[in-house]
Amino acid sequence: MNSRSITEEYANKHGKIYWLLHDSSVIAWRNLLRFRRNPEVLFFDVVQPIIFILLFAYVFGGAIDVGDSSYRSFLIPGIFVQTIAFAGASAAIGLNADMNSGIIDRFKSLPMNTTGVLLGQNFAELARSVITLFIMSLTGLAIGWEINGGFLNAIFAYLLLLAFGFSMSWIGASIGLSVSSPQVASTAGFAWLFPLTFLSNAFVPTETLPTWLRIFAEWNPITSIVAAARYLFGYPMEVAADAPFSLQHPIITTIIWLIVITAVFMPIAARKFRKVTSR
Amino acid sequence: MPIAIEATNLVKKYGDVTALDGLSLKVEQGSVFGLLGPNGAGKTTAVRVLTTLLVPDSGTAIVSDVDVINDPEHAREIIGLSGQNASVDENLTGIENLIMLGRLFRLPKKEAITRAHDLLERFNLTDASKRIVKTYSGGMRRRLDLAASLIANPTILFLDEPTTGLDPRSRLMMWDVIQGLVSEGTTVLLTTQYLEEADQLADKIAVIDKGKVIAQGTADELKTQVGGERIDVVVDRSKAELAAQALQSMASGKVVIEGEHVQAPVSGGGVKVVEAVRALDIAKIEIKEIQLRRPTLDDVFLSLTGHHAEEVKNEDENVLVKKGRR
Repeated sequence: MNSRSITEEYANKHGKIYWLLHDSSVIAWRNLLRFRRNPEVLFFDVVQPIIFILLFAYVFGGAIDVGDSSYRSFLIPGIFVQTIAFAGASAAIGLNADMNSGIIDRFKSLPMNTTGVLLGQNFAELARSVITLFIMSLTGLAIGWEINGGFLNAIFAYLLLLAFGFSMSWIGASIGLSVSSPQVASTAGFAWLFPLTFLSNAFVPTETLPTWLRIFAEWNPITSIVAAARYLFGYPMEVAADAPFSLQHPIITTIIWLIVITAVFMPIAARKFRKVTSR
Repeated sequence: MPIAIEATNLVKKYGDVTALDGLSLKVEQGSVFGLLGPNGAGKTTAVRVLTTLLVPDSGTAIVSDVDVINDPEHAREIIGLSGQNASVDENLTGIENLIMLGRLFRLPKKEAITRAHDLLERFNLTDASKRIVKTYSGGMRRRLDLAASLIANPTILFLDEPTTGLDPRSRLMMWDVIQGLVSEGTTVLLTTQYLEEADQLADKIAVIDKGKVIAQGTADELKTQVGGERIDVVVDRSKAELAAQALQSMASGKVVIEGEHVQAPVSGGGVKVVEAVRALDIAKIEIKEIQLRRPTLDDVFLSLTGHHAEEVKNEDENVLVKKGRR
C-alpha cells in the first residue's frame, strides 16, 4: 500500500490552519504523556500547589493583616496566579529540552508545520494549568475558602487565569529558545517570576510598599489579574479613590495586559523558534 | 542507473569554520553510498544539508529530481533520516513515538496505528512496544529511530552513523536491517567512521576530510588507488638487504625494508607470490613468512587524510591502524 498517496489525499482535504491545529494537538498530546510520566512534573502540578495553599494559609495566615476579609480568601487567588505564572518557566524548560534533543530534527524532517511544536507545548501547559487550578481550588475549598461571586463570575475568573497562564507561557517560550541549555532555561525561566509575583498584591497589600515599588506593583500585570480574580471570586479589595486605573479597573487592565503580552511574545517566540530550527 | 542523490559544490561555513568546502557527490538509485571520514570531517553537516535540515551557503542538492534547497517540503516526502543521536522521544513508549510521528506525517489515525505496529514488528520491537524508550538498549533505540524514519516510506534513506556506540551484536543486527532495506530497493546514504562498515555495506565510498571529498570509488578501487597489492616477506634481519635486491626485479615499485619485513609492491596477485618465493629461493634466502597484502580501508583512510602519513614509514602498521580508528 502506498502511504504517500493516502497522505496526500488526506492532507489536501484540509487547509493550513486545520493542519497547524492538528499538529499542535499531536504535540500537546505527546507533551502531556511526557508530563504524566515525569514525577517532577507531578510534584509541580499536584503536590506543590497543595503545599503552597496550606503553607501560606497556616503559616502566614495569622501574621498578615489585610483589613476586613480573611487572609485566606485574600491569599488564595494570589497563589492561583503565582502557580499559573510558573507555566512560563515550564514552557521555557520544555522547549529548550526539545531544541537540545534530536527530536526536533525528526519533527523538521516531517511535512508537519513545525510551529505546531511551539503551539503544542503551550497548549499542554494550558492543560496542566487546568489541572493545577482544579487541585488548588479543591484544597482551598477544603480549608474554608469560598466562591462568593457567583457561578458565571467564577467561570470568568478561571478563564482569565488560564488566559494569563497561556500568555506567560509565550514569555517562557521566548526565554527557553534564547538560552543554551535546559539548566539555564530553568534558572532563567524562574528568575523573573519571583520578583514579578512578589512585587505585587498577590501576598501582601501594596499600600505598605515604598513609593517606587508601590507604583511598580500597582501596574504589575500580576496585581491586575490577582485583583480581578479576587473581585470575581467575591472578595473585592478596598480601592482608594485616588488609586490608579489598574486598581480601579482590574479586569479591563488584565485583559489589556494579556493581549499585549501575547501580541509581543508570541511573534518573538515564533521568530526565535524559526531561527533555532534553521541552524 | 538513474541518480538518486546529487550534491554539487556544497559550501557551509560557521563563522571561521568551514564545515563543507565544495562537497560534491552522486549516488545511484538503489545503491548504498558510504560517506567515510573522521570526526569533524563534515559528514553530519552534509547529511543535514541533503535532508533539508540545514541550508548551505552555496551549492545545489537534488534528491530524485527534487531540489532540496528550494523545495524542502517536497523533498521531505521522499527522504528518511536516522540521525546520529537517536531522534525519538525518550519519555514516550516505542508505540507512542511511532504513532505520534505517523500522525505528524499526516497519516489518518487508524493508518498511523497500523503502520506503527507493522514497523515495530519488522524491527523486532513488538515486545518492547509499551516500554518507555529511556529503558531501551542502544541497539533498540537505533532500531526504533530507523523505524521512525521509515514511517514516510522513503525511497531514499540517510543514515548518520547508524552503528556508532553499538555493541558488535547490535551492529550486526543493524547491518542486517540496512541490507534488508536495500534489497527492497531503497537508496541508502550512510556516514560512518568505521571502515569495515563502509567496506561491508557500501557499493561506493567517498572519503571526506575537511568538508571535501578526497577520494571516491568502490572499496576495491580505493584500495588500488592507495597503492594496490604488495608482497610482505619476513626474513632474517641480516638478509633483508639481499632479499630486497632479489625482489626488486619483479616489483612494480621500490621495495621497502622495515626491520625483518621486506615489502615489494606488485600487481598481478597470487602468481607474484610464487615468483617471489622462486626469486628468494634462487638467492638462497630463508623465508620465515610470506603473504600477499591488499591495503585495507584503514590504509586508504590514513594515506588519504594524511593524519599519520609521515609515521607510516617508521612505525608498525598495526599500531597505525589502531591510531587511525580512534
